Amino acid sequence: MLNSLKGLLLTLRIAPRKPVTAEYPKKHLPIQDSYMGFPVLTWDSRIGEPYCTGCMVCVRMCPTNCMSALMKDNPLNKEGKSPRKKIIEAFEINYGRCILCGICEEVCAFDAITMSHQHELGSMARNGRRVDLPRLLELGKLYQDESGWRPPTEIEKEKQAALKTVQASAAAGAIPPPVVQPTSPPQAGP
Amino acid sequence: MAQSRPLQSLDMMVNMGPQHPSTHGVFRMVLWVDGEYIVEAEPYIGYLHRGTEKLCEGELYPQIITLFDRLDYLANFNNEWTLCLAMEKLMSVQVPERAEYIRLILCELNRIASHMLFYGTMGLDAGAMTPVMWGFRERERIQRLFEATSGARMMHNYFRIGGIKEDVPEDWKARVSGLASELEKSIEECDKLLTYNEVYLVRSVNVGKLSAKEALEWGVTGPCLRASGIPYDVRTSEPYSLYNRFQFDIPVGKNGDTWDRYALRVEEMRQSVKIIKQALGQMPDTGPFMATGVRRIPRPPKGEVYLGTENPRGEFGVYIVSDGGDKPYRLKIRPPSFVNLQALKAMLRNSYIADSVMILGSLDIVLGEVDR
Repeated sequence: MLNSLKGLLLTLRIAPRKPVTAEYPKKHLPIQDSYMGFPVLTWDSRIGEPYCTGCMVCVRMCPTNCMSALMKDNPLNKEGKSPRKKIIEAFEINYGRCILCGICEEVCAFDAITMSHQHELGSMARNGRRVDLPRLLELGKLYQDESGWRPPTEIEKEKQAALKTVQASAAAGAIPPPVVQPTSPPQAGP
Repeated sequence: MAQSRPLQSLDMMVNMGPQHPSTHGVFRMVLWVDGEYIVEAEPYIGYLHRGTEKLCEGELYPQIITLFDRLDYLANFNNEWTLCLAMEKLMSVQVPERAEYIRLILCELNRIASHMLFYGTMGLDAGAMTPVMWGFRERERIQRLFEATSGARMMHNYFRIGGIKEDVPEDWKARVSGLASELEKSIEECDKLLTYNEVYLVRSVNVGKLSAKEALEWGVTGPCLRASGIPYDVRTSEPYSLYNRFQFDIPVGKNGDTWDRYALRVEEMRQSVKIIKQALGQMPDTGPFMATGVRRIPRPPKGEVYLGTENPRGEFGVYIVSDGGDKPYRLKIRPPSFVNLQALKAMLRNSYIADSVMILGSLDIVLGEVDR
């Protein structure tokens, strides 16, 4: 009896707290920045063409075989406007099959595919979640605008360059090099 | 029961499931009942069979990690970790210290999340509504951190053979330590609400007893075995990863009844918080998150390996036979829920029909893992 009363008192004490739930279709809880939604294709606005060259590496690495791609010669390359010799002609992702694992984004060497914040792409038709190239690029532009997307390889290059300058100045004796001290003997693994 | 029948009567066969809400998935039991008592029970599994082991033979190693997420879908990180550890053992890869600490912390958080869901459903099985709300509330907190870390709430695909996919966000350490102290408080709250509640005690004490001998005979592992009084935990008996660097206790039960199995998991959550706090203190702030020299599509040398880790449900083991290619020749999974479920038959005998829900709930099975 006493313990039940204690539990009841606890419930009463917690009752005036603000609810942590949200009424879903009306209100959305915030999405974390690193959220992986459906994959989309990115748009290179400097040249005015997609990043994707249709190299098929994502298609081959996809665990569920949910996408397909077709490559063509890049007409802009002949005009000398673009460094890409090949460009994507057709691309299709079946969002009904996609498991949002992020492998395609990880293996892409051209920054062409990225995991967007899209997660509410329902459809009433059986094959209604097959998305073609124009739609993928449209979703991609949306994501690029809202998240301030930059090509990951460029960010990596900048990081490496910054590291090099730090190391160079450290070698010159301007700034002491950052010391990394392991707290315990470096023995990881089973 | 069956012996002390006043009248000559026949047992009645009752189907429980596969759509019964308390079976925690699609699981069917056939019960032979004598009035209120269960004379014999026969569990039927396989409704969620996806052929994971066979699928693994056709997938590249990095793709297999996505399949492992979907086995025990309440402890995704723990599953991924087991596969990665086994592969690292096979390939003799040295994982960077920082990556190993991150993986360990995430797995311990995942253990708390899984036990929180158990806490909720256990209360629900006993007829209480509040615990399930509280359990899900705490689990959601942990999952928000998972989302910030790996990009997904449940199917993470974050661990890699030789490290992790990408480094954690900058404020990660502060967030985890904040979460750990929040969880510490809420575990006490949850404990106060349900553990010693009179109604709950009546429903769970001395229900579904499993003696230590029986538990060993059935091959039960994890909290269900420890509740029977055997202090077997892979983390201490066969320390893998960095577990020999932490101070923590292995809670042990006395009776092996439903209440013991429940209270032990609550205690285990406290121990997990303890491990997380120690790990945060020891974790290096900078360093690589991926081992060098591991190719994107690893080709382990010819050979075989077995590695078991302590999942929230028991010993989760992976046995890999490699023929030197980029796909495993054979991959066998030892799912703890599947083995624990076999003891159900012994536990249900001579118990009430109403208690069968409690007993099944206290085993904490996940059918994604049972059926594979």
